[in-house]
Amino acid sequence: MTPASKAMLTKIVVGAVWLFAVVWPMTGITPQGFEFGKAISIVGFAMAAVLAGLGLWKLRQKLDAAGFKPFTALANRCCGMPPWLWRGLLLAALLAFPFVSSRYGQDVAINVLVYVTLGLGLNIVVGLAGLLDLGYIAFYGVGAYTYALLSIHYQLSFWLALPLCAVMAAAAGVVIGYPTLRMRGDYLAIVTLGFGEILRIILNNWMQLTGGPNGLLGIKPAAVYLPDPENGWEFVRVLLKSPEAQYFLVLAIALFTVVSVRRLADSRIGRAWEAIREDETAAAIMGVNTFALKLLAYSLGAVFGGLAGAFFSAKMRFVSPGSFTFIESAMVLAMVVLGGMGSVPGIVLGALALIALPEVFRDFENYRMLVFGAAMALMMLFRPAGLIPAKRVGRRSEEAHS
Amino acid sequence: MDFFLQQLINALTLGGFYALIALGYTMVYGIIQLINFAHGEFFAAGGYMGVILLAWMNSQGYMQTHPWICLTIAFVLAMAYCAILAMGVEKIAYKPLRKASKLSVLLSALGMSIFLQNGLMLTQGVYDKTYPGVFAKGAVQMGGFNITYLQIIALGITGLLLVGLNRLVYKSRLGKAMRATAQDRVMATLVGVSSDRIISLTFAIGAALAAASGILVGLYYGSVRYDMGFVPGIKAFAAAVLGGIGSITGAMLGGLIIGMTEIFSAAYISGEYKDVFAFIILIAVLYFMPTGLLGENINDTRV
Repeated sequence: MTPASKAMLTKIVVGAVWLFAVVWPMTGITPQGFEFGKAISIVGFAMAAVLAGLGLWKLRQKLDAAGFKPFTALANRCCGMPPWLWRGLLLAALLAFPFVSSRYGQDVAINVLVYVTLGLGLNIVVGLAGLLDLGYIAFYGVGAYTYALLSIHYQLSFWLALPLCAVMAAAAGVVIGYPTLRMRGDYLAIVTLGFGEILRIILNNWMQLTGGPNGLLGIKPAAVYLPDPENGWEFVRVLLKSPEAQYFLVLAIALFTVVSVRRLADSRIGRAWEAIREDETAAAIMGVNTFALKLLAYSLGAVFGGLAGAFFSAKMRFVSPGSFTFIESAMVLAMVVLGGMGSVPGIVLGALALIALPEVFRDFENYRMLVFGAAMALMMLFRPAGLIPAKRVGRRSEEAHS
Repeated sequence: MDFFLQQLINALTLGGFYALIALGYTMVYGIIQLINFAHGEFFAAGGYMGVILLAWMNSQGYMQTHPWICLTIAFVLAMAYCAILAMGVEKIAYKPLRKASKLSVLLSALGMSIFLQNGLMLTQGVYDKTYPGVFAKGAVQMGGFNITYLQIIALGITGLLLVGLNRLVYKSRLGKAMRATAQDRVMATLVGVSSDRIISLTFAIGAALAAASGILVGLYYGSVRYDMGFVPGIKAFAAAVLGGIGSITGAMLGGLIIGMTEIFSAAYISGEYKDVFAFIILIAVLYFMPTGLLGENINDTRV
């Protein structure tokens, strides 16, 4: 046995003992007496998982050494295709999806697209400008409640309300951003978290406006005018209530977000954000107006949150503060981190992974958040740049200083 | 006046709970500049460990015969449990990231927090768990206001732990090593301090204090819940920042101020919005004096 594998064995044994010491008191001490079965099975399961992981790791190292890289080969082949071709194919697949999928599949797809929008919005703040925001879901809430209130009290149509929701969310972004953006790093994180909580508490308690924990009912769905072939092609008002219609609506919002974020990232503004992310002091010296640009990142990120929120309340026709908790913020952040900060395809993949995968493993519903937390920590240990890393990423500013 | 004094006693009790949690944040931040998001979960785990141990001892009949010994044992074991838990978490999720970017460690901590919270939920259930109500519900009448026995116990234990920690940090060799590591890790290593060990111990001490706070909260309010760590965790962090992060006396002071804000705003302004006031204080402090009340000078990267 080599010293390295011996050290590994010691580590595994120590880990198993520690896990038992941590798990047994929680599961095994009952007023009826002591019980060991549960703790032993948990430790056994965890050890099996660790060993399987180690095996896969070793296998991958061997494959890498042998020069076996199927994903790189696949990626190269795909990149060989002209962009319009695969974009067209992708769009066709997205448009065809609701006609081939079940009702359930459509619901999942709508959810994924909502989170794609949210993830890309947060990506502007976290991925491009490098500002850690733990209260992003507040903007989703602002958008949702804005549309809900406009629809209930003023019967405003969805299409007129949508820009208003975006404006309200952007205003909220400025209000929250202005006092907080002078802080950096983890202080910013905790303050944004505080703001997110404040908003939720207000939504929960301002009974006259928001209906408190009971939420708001009676929100109108979006409507469009479509020619009706049976009525001599006269335009009639159609409510977008069916899952197919909602799917196309949210697909439009998500595609708009994808295009906007890609174009923003490649613009002058996007470059400036990336400069701030890499080294704020250096960016300021090079003439980047860091404060204004950070505020812009914050409010533009909020805009997409607001759009997603407006869609959410039009779709559910009901909003309540329970949909805007911290765990939702953490979810969206996890998508961005898991997919790859600053990378648009990565975040789409992240949203798909975090929303669609749990649906596949429905039977393990209870373990969803457990696995999610562990995956977040493991991801930071083994692949901090995400599944599809962004192309332009340097060392983060904090690294250089600490 | 009596109403005010009554609220003051309540505020001191609550502030003590926050101070105990805040110490863990401030010590960890002082030494490795990390907001340990999982810290609130150590608090919750401590509360659960307390109820598990006390319920077991209650069922065996020890509680009726020797309540004080049982309480002491529950405190010691729960604190030891959380210390071990925290050392393991540090080893798995934070230590390999010592040289990684701050964002990575923060996200890893967030992941650990979610993991631990759901671990608690899966092993203990989603419903409140009630503490055995063995300790006398009575109160001492003092003029126009009451101090319940539980408040006396809570204030006593909090005071004991705070004094003990102060002695540990400022009077012992270990405390000296901790302060040295917090000041300059490389330099401390050069003069023979094992910084990895010190960091590990810092996590352990912080988690043990949080665990004590968890049991006290459980005893005081009568029950614990798997997600009880989240909001007190943020408020305790606010307390740590308010007092000046990295400063131990500051965390104690900050805890008391946050506790008072909460109780007095609930008593005199609005009960529903009491949590908002704690957050507003946090934001105002970070905006107007980022170093906190007792904070030392802070360099650019930290703020």
